[in-house]
Amino acid sequence: MDTSPPEPRLSALYQELILDHYRRPRNKGTLEKATHAVSLNNPLCGDEIDLQLCVDGDAIRDVRFIGRGCSISQASASIMTQLLKDKSIPQALALAERMGAMMRGDETAARDKSLGELRALAGVAKFPVRIKCALLPWNALTDALKT
Amino acid sequence: MLDAVQIRADFPLLRQPENGRRLVYLDNAATTQKPEAVLNAIQDYYRTTNANVHRGAYRLAIRATEAYEAARAGVATFVNAWAPEGVVFTRGTTEAINLVAGSYGRANVGAGDSVVVTAMDHHSNLVPWQILCQEKGATLRMVEITQDGRIDLADFGDALGRRPKLVAFPYVSNALGTVNPAPQLAKLAHAAGAVVVVDGAQSTPHLKVDVQAIDCDFYALSGHKMLGPMGSGALVARPELLEAMPPYHGGGEMISRVWDDHSSYNKIPHKFEAGTPNVEGAVGLAAAIDYLGRIGTERIAEHEQALAHAAIERLAQIEGVTVYGPRGHRAGVVSFTYGDIHPHDLATILDQDGVCIRAGHHCTQPLMRRLNVAATARASFYLYNDLDDVEVLAGSLVKAGALFGYVPA
Repeated sequence: MDTSPPEPRLSALYQELILDHYRRPRNKGTLEKATHAVSLNNPLCGDEIDLQLCVDGDAIRDVRFIGRGCSISQASASIMTQLLKDKSIPQALALAERMGAMMRGDETAARDKSLGELRALAGVAKFPVRIKCALLPWNALTDALKT
Repeated sequence: MLDAVQIRADFPLLRQPENGRRLVYLDNAATTQKPEAVLNAIQDYYRTTNANVHRGAYRLAIRATEAYEAARAGVATFVNAWAPEGVVFTRGTTEAINLVAGSYGRANVGAGDSVVVTAMDHHSNLVPWQILCQEKGATLRMVEITQDGRIDLADFGDALGRRPKLVAFPYVSNALGTVNPAPQLAKLAHAAGAVVVVDGAQSTPHLKVDVQAIDCDFYALSGHKMLGPMGSGALVARPELLEAMPPYHGGGEMISRVWDDHSSYNKIPHKFEAGTPNVEGAVGLAAAIDYLGRIGTERIAEHEQALAHAAIERLAQIEGVTVYGPRGHRAGVVSFTYGDIHPHDLATILDQDGVCIRAGHHCTQPLMRRLNVAATARASFYLYNDLDDVEVLAGSLVKAGALFGYVPA
């Protein structure tokens, strides 16, 4: 039986940074000249994301998203779009892989500076039903880059 | 009101703490907890009575068959079915409706016909009709809802103008708590020449149900939403309709004589119960019906309505909370949103206080679009909930507001 006080876990989940990205999402919108686009939703909870990328050669020049969903999915999408700008496709896929590792509870990934503000989402790993929320935009990204 | 504290003592799961606190289970529209009486009935069945039904010539098999058929008679009495043979055991409401669509629907709905559903139907009373209409080239007509979450009777009348072959609607909405005027809707649909299918998943556990008074043709119910086991449920139908319908699933039990290239079929209800049935489920459901009967469905309905009204009143005191659905007569289902805090986030925060609510589209995506929300939070009550649960819910919501820094606009 878990008798630990719940509040510290909740405040680790809902950090100020997460709520800020939820309320003021960065790079929200659409691109006129997208080279890659993908729509993904979570049929269980209804979270949605439309992700657009503008890729030039191997470099991601621009990213936009439109999404509806919880604070975790929307903050994850917002932070992701910031991280992706001017990254190469292999770098972007490597970030997605590190994000996945952090959600699986990998502590080294949670300390990986390359994840930047994403590390604020490390607490999600302790809430198994919410991991899919955090990974939705990243799954959209890997789908987009594979098509 | 009922003595919920005393009732909770009958439910082992509700005696178990959650995150160090008393579990406040408010997701009864999704599934319900099981009293000792149901758990014991299932265990006793396997300990004393288990054999395959309608097959063995030995006494044990006869006892198993008797237990199974007694359960059928129990369901028939509980909803005042036309006859016990008009009760077909299914895995639940979803399978019952698929049975009607796959058998009655395929035999009676053709190209150019129409089938009517409502914008508040659960996906289980929508998708089977979509599949049927697509297969047959028939038209599916969705009746709109009013602002306060009722079936729009003007639009319902308009849909009947096309003389549909079949009209389907929920007795109680799982997302809004609306109690639809089922007898009135059935009468209008019959006058237009339609057969009437009622989704009873949310009404059977919570109201006194009389299918003959509703005067529908098919009525579907789920055992797990009324204290019974998962995978138990029934289609309750007019026997003469079942007689005329082609089989749904083929296999053992549903046949009379089998030749190399064709078969003749068993009498109803067995014609629709291919394979070894869920006897444990039927026996558990019968025990649940006995339990509910001892407390009284009318008293349960009053109790839940009191809780729903108390919850609506209490939530209205929290600035930023919007409650959906009718304000007057309604079932114990309260759907709400809280400012810009997503329902999933609310559910996670409430879970820390041992409060279980549902967050999402409640398998009613067309309804969510009409409410202009992606999801809602939903608290749904049953006989073991009380006003204290409403207080815990409200207190936890206030905490969620503080955590999110919710500022009223």
